[in-house]
Amino acid sequence: MSAHDPADGLPEHPERLWSSPEPERSYDVVIVGGGGHGLATAYYLARNHGITNVAVLEKGWLAGGNMARNTTIIRSNYLWDESAGIYEHALKLWEGLEDDLGYPLLFSQRGVLNLAHSLQDVREGVRRVNANRLNGVDAEWLDPGEVGEVCPIVNVSPDVRHPVLGATYQPRAGIAKHDHVAWGFARAAAAMGVHLIEHCEVTGIDVEGGRVRAVQTTRGRIAAGRVALCAAGHSSVVAGLAGVELPLQSHSLQALVSDLLEPVHPTVVMSNAVHVYVSQAHKGELVMGAGIDACNSYRQRGAFHIIERQMAAALELFPVFARAHVLRTWGGVVDVSPDASPVVGLTPVDDLYVNCGWGTGGFKATPGVGWCFAHTVAHGEPHPLNAPFSLERFTTGALVDEHGAAAVAH
Amino acid sequence: MLLIPCPWCGPRDEVEFHYGGQAHVAYPEDPGSLSDAEWARYLFFRDNPKGPFAERWSHTAGCRRWFNMVRDTATNEIHAVYRPGEPRPVVA
Ligand SMILES: Cc1cc2nc3c(=O)[nH]c(=O)nc-3n(C[C@H](O)[C@H](O)[C@H](O)COP(=O)(O)OP(=O)(O)OC[C@H]3O[C@@H](n4cnc5c(N)ncnc54)[C@H](O)[C@@H]3O)c2cc1C
Ligand SMILES: [Zn+2]
Repeated sequence: MSAHDPADGLPEHPERLWSSPEPERSYDVVIVGGGGHGLATAYYLARNHGITNVAVLEKGWLAGGNMARNTTIIRSNYLWDESAGIYEHALKLWEGLEDDLGYPLLFSQRGVLNLAHSLQDVREGVRRVNANRLNGVDAEWLDPGEVGEVCPIVNVSPDVRHPVLGATYQPRAGIAKHDHVAWGFARAAAAMGVHLIEHCEVTGIDVEGGRVRAVQTTRGRIAAGRVALCAAGHSSVVAGLAGVELPLQSHSLQALVSDLLEPVHPTVVMSNAVHVYVSQAHKGELVMGAGIDACNSYRQRGAFHIIERQMAAALELFPVFARAHVLRTWGGVVDVSPDASPVVGLTPVDDLYVNCGWGTGGFKATPGVGWCFAHTVAHGEPHPLNAPFSLERFTTGALVDEHGAAAVAH
Repeated sequence: MLLIPCPWCGPRDEVEFHYGGQAHVAYPEDPGSLSDAEWARYLFFRDNPKGPFAERWSHTAGCRRWFNMVRDTATNEIHAVYRPGEPRPVVA
């Protein structure tokens, strides 16, 4: 690799990361969905609980869903104790994950700014900083001058339509290389005996006497002691196969990258009010996310007006981007819940477990939710950190309303 | 970007519209008699099909009226638009 290669610093891959076994006719645990969450769950089932007779079934290719499409922002600065619990657990795991998996993830703790553009934003931000600190999460409130010191290319002039009035700052937040995260988990899980089976769509779930027995797939029937759903955008469809209804709506969520630039953007900047979030990838592209498309959709592409709005917001915040070019745009399908928090836990069907509803923000949770969901599946009861995220909360009313801290318009 | 045929104004760009979620969700007839689980269903559970979906739209930048539309969430094909109070058309 030459010193000028734009991919400089990216590690070489071994030729093969995992093998592709034929599916067995039966497993102790079948995980539906081979995204980051399914792979992390498989890994921790094997590593923490010694359960290795596990298959991860993926209808496409491994981690080709939202795992390959997200903007990789990792942070734990959510408002409520329940969220701080699970996201901070994840962030602590991220901090040791490269060593744990023995695989480079390019985890970069470059910090995240969540900008405030109105008095209400300021109050909400200051409240969240205080809540974060009470939960042991690193957080600071920055005035516009300090925002400009952390990220000099942000326009902090008061003369713009949505002036920056301040920002929350989490220094330990950052980004990681999403493909590597998936491959790292996949490789480590496969090494412990987990079967990773691609091009295997789950088309039915057999339930007898209130208990899950097997999944029907495009590669035949596979019996299962337990079934764990990690199907992100398709959660409603997959759970529906077992007669389980979920309080979710699927939407397109888009992102885009620019051509390669010199290092100009040292941190991650998110703006809930004007619907853009930006970081600079290791290679040099500006990575930008937007809000969800309003209408329900299972299409992995969204509407152009969303991108136009996102670019308008980006240009106001970062005038220096005016000469950058859009290189490519894409979309994922995200499953959004009524309180902008995930649904993780048991279902009305015995031995059927669900992990879904992470909406626009589940990448950051990957190790944390894998850890907790593996515990839930192994013990047949929720891990304390995912217990508040049960399906029952919609009946009891104990919602975990994170619309403010979810930071993506939805 | 969708080209949405408003039943009053004709085809207009999606940016003129506001989305209102699932259509035909009736307010409970006897609210006082609902259990917590039934309230949860009414408040938080909506259909989320991969395929034809009857949904509400408002032509906010035009006639400002609400109407219903059957759209395929997997293909974006618009099967039908119809006025409030009209029954959901049968689509193939
Ligand atoms: C544009 C975009 C930007 C985002 N940005 C961020 C961000 O910056 N930070 C953050 O924390 N989160 C972000 N997210 C959200 C994050 O990507 C998701 O919450 C997270 O990836 C969901 O978990 P997962 O990785 O397992 O999902 P996925 O990778 O989508 O995995 C689900 C898998 O299930 C498979 N599947 C579905 N149905 C079946 C079936 N019937 N049989 C077999 N397999 C099936 C799918 O093919 C898919 O591979 C973003 C998402 C998008 C789309
Ligand atoms: Zn109209």
